[in-house]
Amino acid sequence: MKPGTTETSTQTEQEAAIYPSRLRYEAPRTLDEATALLAEGGGDAKVLAGGQSLVPMLKLRFASPEMLVDINEIPDLGYHVRDTDGTIRVGALCRHADLERSTLLAQHQPTMMAAAPVVADPIVRNRGTLVGSLCHADPQGDWASVMLALDASVVAYGPQGRRSIPIRDLVSGPFQNTLAYDEIAVEAVVPPPQGIATGGYLKLERRVGDFATAGVAVAIDRVGDRVVRAGIGLTGVGGSTIAADDAAAVLVNGPLSAEKIGEAADLAAAAAQPHTDHRGSSDFKRQLVRVFTRRLLTGLTTSGEEAA
Amino acid sequence: MTALDEIKIGGLGTSRRRVEDNRFVRGKGSYLDDITLPGMLHMEILRSPLAHARINSIDTSKAWAMPGVRLVLTGETMAARNLAWMPTLSYDTQAVLATDKVRFQGQEVACVIADDPYIAKDACQAIVVDYEPLPVVVNPTRSLAQGAPVIRDDKENQPDNVIYDWEVGDKEGTDRAFAEADVVSEIEMHYPRSHPSPIECCGSVADFDRSTSKLTVYLTTQAPHIIRAAVALVAELPEHMIRIVAPDIGGGFGNKVPVYPGYVAAILASILLERPVKWIEDRTGNLISTGFARDVYLKGQLALRRDGKILGVRMNTLADHGAFFSDAQPSKFKIGLMHSAFACYDIPTAHLQARGVYTNKAPGGVAYRCSFRVTEAMFFQERMVQAAADDLGMDQAEFRRRNFVRDDDFPHRTPFGFLTDSGQYAKCLDVGLEAIGYESFLQEKEEAAKRGRLLGIGISTMTEPLGAGNSREYDILGIKMFDSAELRIHMTGKALLRTGAKSQGQGHETTWAQIVAHELGIPAEDVVVEEGDTDTAPFGMGTYASRSTPVAGAAVAMVSRKIKAKARKIAAHLLEISEEDVEWELGRFYVRSQPDRGVTIQECAAAAYSNMPDGMEPGLENVAYYDPPNLTWPFACYIATVEVDPETGVWDVMRVVAVDDCGVRINPMIVEGQIMGGLTEAYAMANMQFITFDEEGNCIGANFTDYLLPTAWETPGFELHEVVTPCPHHPIGAKGIGECAAVGGPAAFVNAVMDALKGSGVRNIDMPVFPDRVYQALQTGQDVSGAPPVRAEA
Amino acid sequence: MTSLYEEISPTPADEVPVREVTITVNGERRSARVEPRLLLVHLLRQGFKLTGTHIGCETTNCGACTVLFDGTPIKSCTMLAVQADGHEVMTVEGLAGPSELHAIQEGFKEEHGLQCGFCTPGMMLTSKALLEENPHPTEDEIRWAISGNLCRCTGYQNIVKAVMWAAEKLDDGKGSESEVTT
Repeated sequence: MKPGTTETSTQTEQEAAIYPSRLRYEAPRTLDEATALLAEGGGDAKVLAGGQSLVPMLKLRFASPEMLVDINEIPDLGYHVRDTDGTIRVGALCRHADLERSTLLAQHQPTMMAAAPVVADPIVRNRGTLVGSLCHADPQGDWASVMLALDASVVAYGPQGRRSIPIRDLVSGPFQNTLAYDEIAVEAVVPPPQGIATGGYLKLERRVGDFATAGVAVAIDRVGDRVVRAGIGLTGVGGSTIAADDAAAVLVNGPLSAEKIGEAADLAAAAAQPHTDHRGSSDFKRQLVRVFTRRLLTGLTTSGEEAA
Repeated sequence: MTALDEIKIGGLGTSRRRVEDNRFVRGKGSYLDDITLPGMLHMEILRSPLAHARINSIDTSKAWAMPGVRLVLTGETMAARNLAWMPTLSYDTQAVLATDKVRFQGQEVACVIADDPYIAKDACQAIVVDYEPLPVVVNPTRSLAQGAPVIRDDKENQPDNVIYDWEVGDKEGTDRAFAEADVVSEIEMHYPRSHPSPIECCGSVADFDRSTSKLTVYLTTQAPHIIRAAVALVAELPEHMIRIVAPDIGGGFGNKVPVYPGYVAAILASILLERPVKWIEDRTGNLISTGFARDVYLKGQLALRRDGKILGVRMNTLADHGAFFSDAQPSKFKIGLMHSAFACYDIPTAHLQARGVYTNKAPGGVAYRCSFRVTEAMFFQERMVQAAADDLGMDQAEFRRRNFVRDDDFPHRTPFGFLTDSGQYAKCLDVGLEAIGYESFLQEKEEAAKRGRLLGIGISTMTEPLGAGNSREYDILGIKMFDSAELRIHMTGKALLRTGAKSQGQGHETTWAQIVAHELGIPAEDVVVEEGDTDTAPFGMGTYASRSTPVAGAAVAMVSRKIKAKARKIAAHLLEISEEDVEWELGRFYVRSQPDRGVTIQECAAAAYSNMPDGMEPGLENVAYYDPPNLTWPFACYIATVEVDPETGVWDVMRVVAVDDCGVRINPMIVEGQIMGGLTEAYAMANMQFITFDEEGNCIGANFTDYLLPTAWETPGFELHEVVTPCPHHPIGAKGIGECAAVGGPAAFVNAVMDALKGSGVRNIDMPVFPDRVYQALQTGQDVSGAPPVRAEA
Repeated sequence: MTSLYEEISPTPADEVPVREVTITVNGERRSARVEPRLLLVHLLRQGFKLTGTHIGCETTNCGACTVLFDGTPIKSCTMLAVQADGHEVMTVEGLAGPSELHAIQEGFKEEHGLQCGFCTPGMMLTSKALLEENPHPTEDEIRWAISGNLCRCTGYQNIVKAVMWAAEKLDDGKGSESEVTT
């Protein structure tokens, strides 16, 4: 089995169940124990953190790993902090709910602040983790586009020690990440803003907990009026989360004008690669990308999501 | 002594707090999956992944070999016992386990019975089925086309996919009306497939006891006696040796009326293994295979006079029943009560043509908080009315007002032959318009339009037939649709009441006691109510189609009156006067000429056991079977205001006003709860609930990730108002309310959205009115249909 | 086990992995030997016979299985029983005090916040946790907090009223936070 992938059961999608297949379970107390178990698993083991994506897959038998390595009993992974230089680090067991209630994010990271409350539903948020969500690599996951917009990275811990994986290199396809099978993602790292961090997140979900029909994450760093860095991430409009680099590039070096915003919105829509499905036509999804990008950026020109 | 205060004893009109809640809030409800019997085994169903395929072979050997597996059933094993097929409630047949073919995705193919459900599921996965795919059809128009695959080739004399053709009304008279019309308004639409989806899925525990030859089946059913009759027919067991027990039910909404293959298989397994067998489906099984609702196409026309008078109605409907015709319908009406449409309007003539067709989808069509297709009827009606008013350039409220049956026009014969008996339609509309602030909203809408904002208001008014039904016209499988109540007054004046209905949340344990309190003056808390056990409950046809209060509730009143008549004789005996001199006030009989001299109902009860008049049978117990003389006709006016975001197609509800006239309200709190629940389902259907299929017959919407139920966050708030026009023929003047809001509500929301889009030239967007459909409508100026198969790109 | 006997049930085959877990459920330490794949909700319902926690779906949407895990609402169908080892779980059966109902339970009765009762245990536990974090929630805050619990019967409006009723009662001090039964 390819490392980092999920083995798909032989059942068709409609063969749903509520009963996982037989498996072995371990709950190590240290990271080294955990990676040793993953190594022992030889690629047939999966890390269990929040479990809000993995356990449903076990129940539907979309995933039937031989072993689960539960990292919830490893201490000191539930943090999210801001270093003195402005770097924000989110530990592997930091729950969506922690981020939703975070005064730190409210003060310093508006894009993440906007996304946290709309991930899944409030009860799922009590267990699900940001880091886990990034590793799960669902194209309709919210955090991935936020992290893309913020140019974040993920720290992987393995028998060879730690390494930093830029968010763009973490995902290799839908539900596929590039971690080695004996590595655990222990932290997400958001680099310090180059100026004042502004931004937001908008998505169309038809009800709380629905997967996004389309979503846009926008992160703009400003010095005074001038945009010095911009990032735009798109949710649910492609085989994986999309970085709308051309759209972001248009915004840099100058103030956010209506013209630039319009251009960025069009470029973001063009960067989207949506499929027509029961959530809507590809045209419609592109339209959502265009509208959300425009509305987010316009919102930043007036009051804005300013952060000290 | 004086009469009791009816409010204090929990009589009619009191918002008595619910008896059921005492166990539910403690988590002590006893739902089907809570039942565990000694030696109980667990059954899981293997379902077909394909929508239409021949079964070449089924290899169950690996499943049999797994430790903990006790029995594996296939269509072949069922067929050997003549159980592979069973009759449906509509005189068709339905496969219990597939034999020759599978005809819809999710169809039951095999069952594994094992020590626990995990093992049963493991074993299901080990069964190997060799399928040969066949061409699939999921759209009824294609199902009717030349060359479409014949789905029911198991039936003799079934050369195509047509199930029935049916018509009602006056074709010639209607044609004449249309010829004379100044304007003909026409509209086409699809009421999409939807699913009741109560939070509790369906299930049963079958327990055959060889030592007594008795079969006891605990079952999530809204109609235990119908199940007993069906099991007697299907399993060929003597009816007196079958006991059906419906425990607490976590929501029904019609989903728990039909007889499902899982029940039959579990019963057979229990008989073969002589151990209890539990089958509880998972949510996918529930959504993909159990009784769905709606899926009807309409072409509707109204013949109009220029001053706004409707001269005639034409309806042409096409109903998609899936692979088996298993609706629970009164047998005389193939399309149920679709022809109750337009009952609240004074229209001289109408004609309905209806056709039913098979497709490769799950069977059903009637469930979901709608009595017999009445939801479709009223939705089509109010969408047609909206279109007609627009076509005439007339105000929506005014158009309705001009056509309503007037208060003094009752009894009124509708153009389709129903007899409505009472109503104050214009008043309800006026109450609604006042509450929503109609005139000022229209102004607000105009102002908003200048700034590019799209506001809309939607009205839906309707009277619908509840309480099926009188024995002349209504039966299911030949069984007439009466209902029953048995009342026993004990010697201390406490009482036990049992009915043939079955609450799934409607609060019968609370409300039936209120009727007894009203009739007999026995405090409601002194009356315990039981339902659901066919060994003890009098025969009834169950709770669906909002028929409980109209029929079973009436039976409760009638049996109370029988008891009162006997108690009056006892009172006369106790007071030593003749019966003519006995008067009644709530709770006591007294001497007319000496009001201070009297006996309480409790004293009469005691006397029934200890001091009877000469020649009178002891005891104070009785039973009543109520055959309703007619349907009841509640009326409602629902009004919704919305704002549509033209850039994203998202629409938000601003306000919802509901004016309900359901006659006398037994328990206002419970009535309002029913209305709000119904409005939420109406909103859900209009906004997000969707089951559809792709070209291969894959069901999209077979889990809660795709089939969307609204949460507290999306669900709007509701402003409730009431008008009371008692039902003239119901013993306590009540009409029933359970389904009204689900029936009348969807059109209010859809009409509101369409009103917001009025300038665009779009006349119809099929439900659910998804943002992408609104967007598409605004872009193209064309109507948007939601009929399957759904388009998808790889 | 009682002091008298331990029921001999069919011994699992050798290759079935089994672990012993100890969970404090409604204040009482309870132990069980379970397969790792057993869901927490199944252990609660079938193992510990606490059937007040319900199952309504298999995609972690409906919330009928909600329990409090170390005081926080979680969907017990999306946690393995083994993960609860050493932790505290409160189910609906643990809400009421020895002699009286929790204010939440009273509020649901008073305001007709339930009809069929199936979603109610989860709904009440989520509400209890909400009121502990936010004793005076607005209507919007209540609707947001319970947006992971689906209800088909009530339309939510009375549930909101029930929670507000409970908030007021807890505020008055007349209602006491229930002591977890021992």
